[in-house]
Amino acid sequence: MDFPIISSLIILPTIGALFILFTKSSNSKYQSSKYVALFISLANFILSIYLWLIFDKSSINFQFVENREWLSGFINYKVGVDGISILFILLTTFITPICIISVISTIKHRLKDFLIAILIMETLMIGVFCSLDLIIFYLFFEGGLIPMFLIIGIWGGERRVYSAFKFFLYTLLGSVLMLIAIISIYWISGTTDVEKLYEIGIGEQYQKLLWLAFFSSFAVKTPMWPVHTWLPDAHVEAPTAGSVLLAAILLKMAGYGFIRFSVGLFPIASEYFVPLVFALSLIAIIYTSLVALMQEDMKKLIAYSSVAHMGFVTLGIFTMTQQGIEGSIFQMISHGLVSAALFLSVGVVYDRNHTRLIKKYGGLVTVMPKYGIVFMIFALGSLGLPGTSGFIGEFLILMGTFKKSFLVATIASLGVILGAAYILWMYKRVVFGEIIHEEIKSMKDLKKFELLILLLLAIPIIFFGFYPEPLINSIETSVTSLIDNYNINLTQSIAKK
Amino acid sequence: MENLEIILPEIFLSLTIMFLLLFGVFKNNSSKLIYNLTTLSLIILFALLLNLYQVSDLSIFNNSYKVDSLATFMKLLTIGSGIFVMLTSSKYIEINNINKMEYPILILSSILGMMVMISSNDLIVFYMGLELQSLALYVLASFNRENLLSTESGLKYFVLSALSSGLLLYGCSLIYGFSGSTNFNIILDNSSSVQYGITFGIVFILVGLAFKISAVPFHMWAPDVYQGSPTSVTTFFAVLPKIAALSVFIRFLYVPFAEMNDQWQMIIIFLSIASMIFGAVAAIGQKNLKRLIAYSSIGHMGYALTGLAAGTNQGIQGSISYIAIYLVMNLAFFSCMFMLRRNNEYYESIEDLSGLSKNHPLLSFSLLIILFSLAGIPPLAGFFAKFYVFMAVIEQKMYFLAIVGLLSTVIAAFYYLRIIKIIYFDKEKEKFETDHHFGLKLTLAVSTIFILAYFIYPSGLTEIVSKINII
Repeated sequence: MDFPIISSLIILPTIGALFILFTKSSNSKYQSSKYVALFISLANFILSIYLWLIFDKSSINFQFVENREWLSGFINYKVGVDGISILFILLTTFITPICIISVISTIKHRLKDFLIAILIMETLMIGVFCSLDLIIFYLFFEGGLIPMFLIIGIWGGERRVYSAFKFFLYTLLGSVLMLIAIISIYWISGTTDVEKLYEIGIGEQYQKLLWLAFFSSFAVKTPMWPVHTWLPDAHVEAPTAGSVLLAAILLKMAGYGFIRFSVGLFPIASEYFVPLVFALSLIAIIYTSLVALMQEDMKKLIAYSSVAHMGFVTLGIFTMTQQGIEGSIFQMISHGLVSAALFLSVGVVYDRNHTRLIKKYGGLVTVMPKYGIVFMIFALGSLGLPGTSGFIGEFLILMGTFKKSFLVATIASLGVILGAAYILWMYKRVVFGEIIHEEIKSMKDLKKFELLILLLLAIPIIFFGFYPEPLINSIETSVTSLIDNYNINLTQSIAKK
Repeated sequence: MENLEIILPEIFLSLTIMFLLLFGVFKNNSSKLIYNLTTLSLIILFALLLNLYQVSDLSIFNNSYKVDSLATFMKLLTIGSGIFVMLTSSKYIEINNINKMEYPILILSSILGMMVMISSNDLIVFYMGLELQSLALYVLASFNRENLLSTESGLKYFVLSALSSGLLLYGCSLIYGFSGSTNFNIILDNSSSVQYGITFGIVFILVGLAFKISAVPFHMWAPDVYQGSPTSVTTFFAVLPKIAALSVFIRFLYVPFAEMNDQWQMIIIFLSIASMIFGAVAAIGQKNLKRLIAYSSIGHMGYALTGLAAGTNQGIQGSISYIAIYLVMNLAFFSCMFMLRRNNEYYESIEDLSGLSKNHPLLSFSLLIILFSLAGIPPLAGFFAKFYVFMAVIEQKMYFLAIVGLLSTVIAAFYYLRIIKIIYFDKEKEKFETDHHFGLKLTLAVSTIFILAYFIYPSGLTEIVSKINII
């Protein structure tokens, strides 16, 4: 493949951002910036679809690999995709235009800067999902902090400064340990090239510490209990589009990291730490679901539900079964769509009524019937009703978990019930019931663009709920090879003993 | 006669200083002209040095003066940043009425002192360079005579620096006494057995050097001097003496005492850990930008020393790369400070930056880049600086040092974020003036682009630096 398609995917949004930076548009409207941002993000989406189509799903190797000398002598710029990463790229390129549409129509204040931040974010996120070198991965992974910090801080709510700082420092603290681990890997194995590391493996004696260092970073980003506290704050204060980016894509970086690096590079340590991850995941599922039940702020509720859903994801990954890992990936994609949609739905009513408190609503269905329907789809998607994509993910994860441990799976299933409880209860209080507050009566139903973006999200949620084959098909070979590699490593290590 | 052409730059600089001094004395009102001539001569000097770059590992004057790749590269850094300091501060000294003809000449003599320091391979030569540099700096610090803070800072710097020079000289005499020579190479031959006198000598000299780069616990002077001196001098202080002192650190530790590294390694580790933590914590409460950057530079020196603690060529190269990137970031930061001007008055409190992004989007964007880079966030240049250093440290399995260092970057990130918060999230204030000197704009643009685009081609710097092999 001569055409550097992956690099184009990475670099295109940045070019768009530069273009926006240097175009002068009238201060109040930013017409040209809007169209450039939308055009670039759509072009990127089409490019990624094209990538998905020409992608060979039966191969276990990384494809479209580009390998260029970067830091001469020791680190190469290496990117490529396999079945797993391509789905996350698609998710990113799909969510970004939706964010942009939502931003264009809701944000008035410093719109141009916001568009630039989102496009830079897209570059960094795609970079994370296709980098095949640990250092390159780290650059993209950490670089995302800068635009996100600004998005929360500039366009956020009242306590935005506190939330932005908390977000930044928490994630930075987790990541510096990962940097130490990455550099150590370089000195232990002589390379940070992921493909080569898969082949040669990392010495057993180092694996546990390295695993913990990576874990500290991913656990904060996922976020896992007990380091999840930055997420509700960040979500509540971030503007709608910021929340969408955060929930839909940024959290997935960590799940992706677990699959690609923790499991892929340190199989022996992963096996060793399975009980730890299971325990933390179960606490996340049960505890944060209970916390979500008590929330009065809609965004906070969805934020806590994200923590619970990501608990399922980590649970599934560390079952090390075909179903578990496939389920986790599916759950991440599905959660990316559903949580984005939920945040956008909250954004819709927030724009009208300027509050996110559940008790300030009630009876929305009489004034906003269309809203009631789409919001219902997303609520059901979030609780994992059969026929939505949420169901497939959770079902596969639980199936994988049952293989590994009956008890864990039983407790996790409780989380499904709690999940239904908090989301339906919120839905009931917001949409159904009598209209108590006068302001509600004057609220208008969905505008065209709002309906458009929400429907755009609803279609894949339902489509993949009924027909998950395209997604499963694309990850199957990669997951199989991951698990094979994992098991080979384990048996070798047992044989040595 | 030995071949003098390898020290042609130093000879040229000395002659320039003498010529400019005479010229300034005999021609009235020539300060502006001398200022420009100084910049020009620095540019010529830079070109001369570039020409010499191919020449490697030469020494002159009985092996007491070395011109090797380390010396040439460090001199290039010194003079390069000297040029930019001159470019940025021309308007400032005019407005603050310190554009006397002595000002640029003092800068030149201080640079000459630094060049001697960088090349020195002998304790006496090194001390001469150091004093030439310091004497010029004392005067520069108190150059704004009418300002109380400036006079105070000059005096403070003089007293403390004299003390440290005394300690340093005492160390030199101990080493001379126990090894019988002041030449680094001869000391190396004569001090194979462990002698306590030499160890003491090393400690005293390290104290003196640590003072010059303001490493904790010898940092007390830095915040006051940074704040009190005219900003143009602070820019100079923040960058150039550190390059010179760091190269002396490298040569002094790794030429005569490379094999005794178990004796001095702990000292360097202590200095670097203390500086990193102290620099990060103490900067949090600061309100004055210059004071803040003083603490931040204390922290940054900690990172530069971290590389030296590793005791390998990789570590030395890491430190050199660190200082190279550090000086670009500092120049960029100070150029931004020179832009905070309203009605012929310069503002230097953090609060003055409040809401800067509304009225000055480009300036605040540069500051954003610079501050994130100072905090070491990828993919900006500041991250690579730390990366190189920790690469070397982790190679030596000094995990404790690496973990402490990287955790203190998280603490340090807090105060950089605080400035960004004030710039981007707070309410705007009055506009600043926007008609800036061309040199200032050029410096800011060049340095910001360097910081921002460094990740595209990081091998450029590493390739140059990797040729510097001291051990």
